Amino acid sequence: MTTTLPSRTAPPTQQADGVGSSTLRPDGIPKVDGSFIYSSDEYHEGALWGVTLRSPHPRARIASIDTTTAEGIDGVAAVLTHLDVPGSKTYGMIISDQPVLAFDEVRYQGEPVAVVAASNPEVARRASNLIQVEYEELAPQTDPEVSIAGKAEGFPDGGLVRHVKIRHGDVEAGRRAADVVIDESFEIGTQDPAFLGPESGLAVPVGDGGVELYVSSQHLHHDQPQIAASLDLPLDKVRLVLSGVGGAFGGKEDLNVHIHACLLALRTGRPVRMVYNREESFFGHVHRHPATARVELGATRDGKLVFSKVRLVLDGGAYASQSPRVIGNGSFFAGGAYDVANVWIDGYATYTNNPPCGAMRGFGLVQSIYAIESAIDRLARELGMDPLELRMKNALSEGDVLPTGQAIDGPAPLQELLTYVKDLPLPDASNPASVDPRARPGGLGNTTRGEGMKRGVGYALGMKAIGFSGGADDTSTARVTMWIRDGEPVAEVYCAAAELGQGIVAVETQIARTELGVSQVFLPDKDTDIADPGATSASRQTWMTAGSVVAACELVRAELLDRAAALIDEPAAELVLRGPNICDATSGRTLIDVAEVLGETTISHEYTYHHRKTYPIDEETGQGDAHPAFAYAVHRAVVDVDTELGLVRVVEMASAQDVGKAINPVAVEGQMEGGSVQGLGLAIMEELDISDGRIRNPSFTDYLIPTMLDVPPIKLKVFEFPHPDSAYGLNGVGELPNLSSTPAILNALRDATGLDLPRAPVRPVDLIL
Amino acid sequence: MRVQVTVNGVEQVVDGVWELDSLLNMLREHLGLRGTKNACEQGECGSCSVYLDGSLVCSCLVAAAQVEGRSVVTVEGLGSGDELHPVQRAFLETGSVQCGFCTPGMVVAAHALLQSDGNPDELTVREELSGNLCRCTGYTKILDAVNLAAARMKEPS
Repeated sequence: MTTTLPSRTAPPTQQADGVGSSTLRPDGIPKVDGSFIYSSDEYHEGALWGVTLRSPHPRARIASIDTTTAEGIDGVAAVLTHLDVPGSKTYGMIISDQPVLAFDEVRYQGEPVAVVAASNPEVARRASNLIQVEYEELAPQTDPEVSIAGKAEGFPDGGLVRHVKIRHGDVEAGRRAADVVIDESFEIGTQDPAFLGPESGLAVPVGDGGVELYVSSQHLHHDQPQIAASLDLPLDKVRLVLSGVGGAFGGKEDLNVHIHACLLALRTGRPVRMVYNREESFFGHVHRHPATARVELGATRDGKLVFSKVRLVLDGGAYASQSPRVIGNGSFFAGGAYDVANVWIDGYATYTNNPPCGAMRGFGLVQSIYAIESAIDRLARELGMDPLELRMKNALSEGDVLPTGQAIDGPAPLQELLTYVKDLPLPDASNPASVDPRARPGGLGNTTRGEGMKRGVGYALGMKAIGFSGGADDTSTARVTMWIRDGEPVAEVYCAAAELGQGIVAVETQIARTELGVSQVFLPDKDTDIADPGATSASRQTWMTAGSVVAACELVRAELLDRAAALIDEPAAELVLRGPNICDATSGRTLIDVAEVLGETTISHEYTYHHRKTYPIDEETGQGDAHPAFAYAVHRAVVDVDTELGLVRVVEMASAQDVGKAINPVAVEGQMEGGSVQGLGLAIMEELDISDGRIRNPSFTDYLIPTMLDVPPIKLKVFEFPHPDSAYGLNGVGELPNLSSTPAILNALRDATGLDLPRAPVRPVDLIL
Repeated sequence: MRVQVTVNGVEQVVDGVWELDSLLNMLREHLGLRGTKNACEQGECGSCSVYLDGSLVCSCLVAAAQVEGRSVVTVEGLGSGDELHPVQRAFLETGSVQCGFCTPGMVVAAHALLQSDGNPDELTVREELSGNLCRCTGYTKILDAVNLAAARMKEPS
């Protein structure tokens, strides 16, 4: 593996709609006029509908499954159980532990047991209800502490997925040096990604015994081998095409309809559509891990942190999914974005009979940053120090060493970020009685005109590693082609990087315009016919795919200039590309048109970009240079609380983030605003209500996500400190806004009420004074 | 059953509609108008917003049989391609579109808001569009889009 750095950062030309401009998304018009095809819109003449029968129990032994009645229903084409899975009976992102269709035991409520294909969805659903499954119910094991103790029945290793240990410095010496020590516990409920576009897809059998799957996904190339293994087909017989993805946020990394739709299509020889409804969606994807964290922090009287000790528990539910990596990530940064010499962290991920949890935007860090940022405010209170000052005093800077022993390289402008929110004027504290009721706690319920209302301000600081870490060879591959169309040079960027909504499609066009001087850029379907772009996850996709697209463009440009040089008998090194012209580098004079050089020919190059080499951490000490890069963000939140009714109005949010280089500034703002609001949801309203392993609120009626009226004005400051290792100096963006938004709001609520509020989301009953 | 309905100004006779089908399902599966989205089927998310005889409704909550003889306008009826409605264009230009799954419903709801109030203040926009969930944007750009569309729709054409 070689580490590839872009050869330069100065583009050849200031091309309109290129890098740094808020160019319109290439999928924008179809998305506003309704013609964009999402995976739930995929249509095929004569397609059957597939539906899934799911377990009603969080834990039960399957005694028998009888499909004969269901098979006899008019219009039913196939009823499949685990017996019909030709290859691997299980799949999984890291550990292949999740049954394609349950075969011995169901381990969570909603686990797939059988699938049905029929002429229409109602017939399929009716038939699925006629499948007779005899369950022997077992008591669900739902306490992660039992799993940590290795005493959970029915799970590998007694229920412990992974124990991550970080041992850095001498915590006992730190404790002795501390003048003030706090020891606090925090808890965070289960958040759902709640993307609007449901899990769905269309599987089409093809003549050679293979199958094509049009599906929403964060990473087609990671889906493909899991599907092929269960279908017992070679990889090249399972072709995936990215269909429109209606949001993902981590919840579309694991397979959902994929194998089921392919099994049904291959069995029936007909195309099969599957679309989850909203209730099924809540059972059909992974959630953010619920967490508990005990945080001990020690500081000298003047506020210098001298040790931190964290015990973080993430309950991963019934199957491993991404839990081993999520607990790794959560543990690495459980000490927060602070320079602390002595750190001791134990992170545990567990199996239980709760709903499976896996990736969700922030990937373990939402939980640990929530805990450490809550603890920092508590410590500030003990020290009698301003919480923002305590953060500024201890925030990391470039060259500082993380608890994993890795020294921070690349910009770490935490002082700048914190200074921005410190200096930002606070919103007016108007007389509440004169404020529109819609802007007060309780809103149009008109529950207060200011009686019992208290205002609070809170801050939080987050950091995250960007990209796949711990020795992973993280790659993205792109092919760039240039040709002449209607007399103008145009380009195509072919890369399977999943577009979830974040805007990688715009980034791909912008880079081609900047690097090749073209106006028109075509993007073919994203599919598995080209090599792996890596997942759209870990805030990595723009970094990685910019790496591959820039490099492929450079190869195209170099060949173009070589060809021009041969035609006009000039050294290629003296030539530059300027829009549709090739010019003398010194004088800028046009020497030949690109159209004349290319004629009827094309130039096409493929490139695979690798981020710099990383290393696994030591299993006993957690030490190692595991991460390719880091990014940082801060939030300030201002809240009003009606302390008589426990109602909250978030008055304003403000965020500052270093993005290295904003490739598309409006898209960057959109990530910051959207992530901030997902964090607001987790702070005050979003929680899957799970008891005895059962989800009690699987609907948008009962699982609330923020509406437009719940959201306050959001002030943003985008810093651009170029990162030395990436194309254009860009840094990862997407997950950072989720990290500090939730604890900033909690800290504001604590400031308003004086309450400890250890648990997020905060409920009205928690806030009544 | 057979349903006769005017959709986006065109009279349609739709055969083979299941008696319990929703307007949403009839639009998507029988008329191929898939711009109207299904994200909850409970009237909570607004992704399926359409006009029914000029009123904004969640098409998932309207039975197909109820639209007999009536008029439906969907996102496809507002504008398309090179001829976008100012509301659609404003969504595009302000960065209000990320995954875009909420966008068609949000566009129809914003269109309805501006029909009734050409100059809504911020809290009115937030309140009027609070029946349309968006999980990606945090709504800030959508507020910008409504303001931009309102300004453009006031300009003499």
